Amino acid sequence: MSKPDDTNGKTVSRRGLLKLVGAGAATGVLPLAASAAEDSMQGMHHAAPKPATPAEDLPPVYEFFNGDEAAFIESVVDTFIPKDDVGPGALELGVAIFIDRQLNSGYGRGDRMYLQGPFIEGTPEQGYQLRMTPAELIRAGIIDLNAYLRIKYKSTFDGLSAQDRIAVLTQLESREIELPTVPKEVFFNLLYDLTMQGYFADPLYGGNKGKASWKMIGFPGIGGMYADKIEAYRNRKYMTDPMSIQDLL
Amino acid sequence: MATKLKPVDIAIVGMGWAGGIIAKELASTGLKIVAFERGGPRATNPDFMSPQVHDELRYSRRHELIQNLRKETLTFRNDPSQQGLPMRQLGSFLPGEGVGGAGTHWSGLHWRWTEWEHKMYSGTVAKYGKAIVPQDMNLQDWPIGYHDLEPYYDKFERVCGTSGKAGNLQGQKIDGGNIFEAPRAREFPNPPLTQAHNMVLFEKAARNLGYHPFPVPASNASRPYVNPDGVALGQCHYCGFCTAFGCEANAKASAHFTVIPLAYKNPNFEARTNSYVMKVNLDSRGKRAVSVTYLDAGGREFEQPADLVILAAYVFGNVHLMLHSKIGKPYDFKRNTGVVGRNYAYQSMGGVGALFSKDTYFNPFMGSGALGTWIDDFNSDNPDFGKLGFIGGGGISTGSNSGAPIGRHPAAPGSPRWGAGWKKAIVESYHRMTGVGSQGSVMSYRQNFLDLDPTYTDSFGRPMLRLTFDWQENEFRQLEHARGICENIAREMGAEQVLSRRERGRYSIVPYQTTHNTGGAIFGDDPRTSALNKHLQSWDVSNVFVVGSSAFPQNAGRNPTGPVGALAYRLADTLKDQYLKRPEAMVAV
Repeated sequence: MSKPDDTNGKTVSRRGLLKLVGAGAATGVLPLAASAAEDSMQGMHHAAPKPATPAEDLPPVYEFFNGDEAAFIESVVDTFIPKDDVGPGALELGVAIFIDRQLNSGYGRGDRMYLQGPFIEGTPEQGYQLRMTPAELIRAGIIDLNAYLRIKYKSTFDGLSAQDRIAVLTQLESREIELPTVPKEVFFNLLYDLTMQGYFADPLYGGNKGKASWKMIGFPGIGGMYADKIEAYRNRKYMTDPMSIQDLL
Repeated sequence: MATKLKPVDIAIVGMGWAGGIIAKELASTGLKIVAFERGGPRATNPDFMSPQVHDELRYSRRHELIQNLRKETLTFRNDPSQQGLPMRQLGSFLPGEGVGGAGTHWSGLHWRWTEWEHKMYSGTVAKYGKAIVPQDMNLQDWPIGYHDLEPYYDKFERVCGTSGKAGNLQGQKIDGGNIFEAPRAREFPNPPLTQAHNMVLFEKAARNLGYHPFPVPASNASRPYVNPDGVALGQCHYCGFCTAFGCEANAKASAHFTVIPLAYKNPNFEARTNSYVMKVNLDSRGKRAVSVTYLDAGGREFEQPADLVILAAYVFGNVHLMLHSKIGKPYDFKRNTGVVGRNYAYQSMGGVGALFSKDTYFNPFMGSGALGTWIDDFNSDNPDFGKLGFIGGGGISTGSNSGAPIGRHPAAPGSPRWGAGWKKAIVESYHRMTGVGSQGSVMSYRQNFLDLDPTYTDSFGRPMLRLTFDWQENEFRQLEHARGICENIAREMGAEQVLSRRERGRYSIVPYQTTHNTGGAIFGDDPRTSALNKHLQSWDVSNVFVVGSSAFPQNAGRNPTGPVGALAYRLADTLKDQYLKRPEAMVAV
């Protein structure tokens, strides 16, 4: 329950917001409309602060993947987005950790999906019709693909050469590999989407370490206030050191 | 067994724009009002605070503010020969959940529909004759015209602090505004938002081609604003986290901080959130609503007696509740009879990508949901239907709305989607890619409709709503015509490369397209072809009113929120001035 909290500045504190506004306030931008009507409980809400106990800086541990699964995912994300002279690879940005955390979350457990039967294969236009959650699908897909690779290459995915990994993912994408339980295109697309999400999402989810992908493409982060810049920067490069959610708390 | 509660005067189902407006406006009646919302309570503070609200993964990918399909979804099929299958994951459209409804996460494009868009049948036939209307098209007029709604359009714009420029002030055409709009009594409450670089190029190109560009009317406030209800809106920051997100600045108008807190001030008003209305219960003759049954957050069942029931949920919720409660005759597409579920329509989104030269900087992250420049030269009834072979049109525009990179990391055509070379391709395109989009009208057809699914049930055990929908030839022609216009504009803007593709596939529920679903509980003058009369009152159960874009007989090539708000304000007046003086009677003309 919300209760008035008059200690240590944690109340309603618009701390984060005011910090974020910065230049906005100086140009006469109202940070938050003082709408008396909005909420009679206005004075009793808490801004979401940093957790009271800071996390210790220990090496991350996979919460969801076992060793084989972690090795598979690490080599997949490294193949999708390898390190090169343009920018960092997915592996070094923590994308495997991101996927592990996502699959272990409500999302991974399908908490907002309709998962009741009957389960019938529909048309492509009717969309996803499997009984599997994203976590179940990835797990089953890894088993499927590694079983195929053991026969064809005498190796699991992570043991393949870089060239063979590329070939296998290319075949999966172009639907040339049949998997026994998981539809190949669904498996490929989920691996691909999760990799992209981990590479570009706010670092708070474990990927995109150091906001490196944002720096690479020139996305100036999530704290921008551009009312006084949108005209001034027409057809002009704009970049700052990007801010993430955690930077602005 | 349901616990039966003490009767109230009015039950409202849904707390988005429509339900919020009705709840606020009816406070003056002194009647006891209860509003039900399937989602939770929402306030800017604590729900939409920065920096946490600028979280693309949470809001744009994991859909924090959208309907939870585990509890309730619909089935979909392209045509009646198929079996409907459940929409198990979100895709094509994103109905809102929680106080404020889809109004918390909308973009803010705030239109008045044109005169023709309120009388598509008679307006078309007068110009082109009856033969132009295809056999399977259920083309119908609104039972009221633009002029009936003008004061309510005006009121809603004032409440939202809409930023724009008039193009037709009391009949006087004004250059720089939309000269094709219907006459408005007065100017927008706020001046237009500031244009981004791609919009400046679009405006110039459109003028060069002889078109009439104007700023999209935006309920993203261009300056600090206090609305006529005394509610303050902040100035838009152009932060680029608008569509799919709540607004921490209260610059994007939403019911959760405008009309709904004013309803809360009424001691006779009560909101029950996390409360799913299962059904409207009718009397033994099926002619009068007596109560609604709902489940609270803990799954306990309650029956709330009420003298008047207003359905103000999203399109699918309104139609589902009517069908499940047996309010009105269900539509039968084979005979083209019955009314509930009839005339479902959507919108067809098209356009082209435009890649500019290497030194171009569009800064896509500087923007807002409704920041755009638009032309109506090929929208409404401005195209020559006879010559082009379709009825309807589309708005054509460019905007600067988001640079958030999960959703936006474009690459030039032919670039790799991953692996070596992918990073180079997206880095090269991020700043210099833009687009010219089209938002096309969609007509209503016999074979596109809503009914109850015979197989699937939601988590509460109710039969699901079933959506049967596919694109028709009329819409393909409009889309293809608009694509040609978009290409020409993109080239005139100076694009090095125009990315354009003919689209003719079946409608798919998978990729996101637009949350502009319409119809299913349409209003009209004839009970054989409409579920509601011109006052949004059920022809069959006179103490039930249904408000929202579910009332639109077909869809226009522009966003629906403006007319939804206007209809809600008009309904509030109808109830106060007419219905409540003679409850349960059909409201006279």
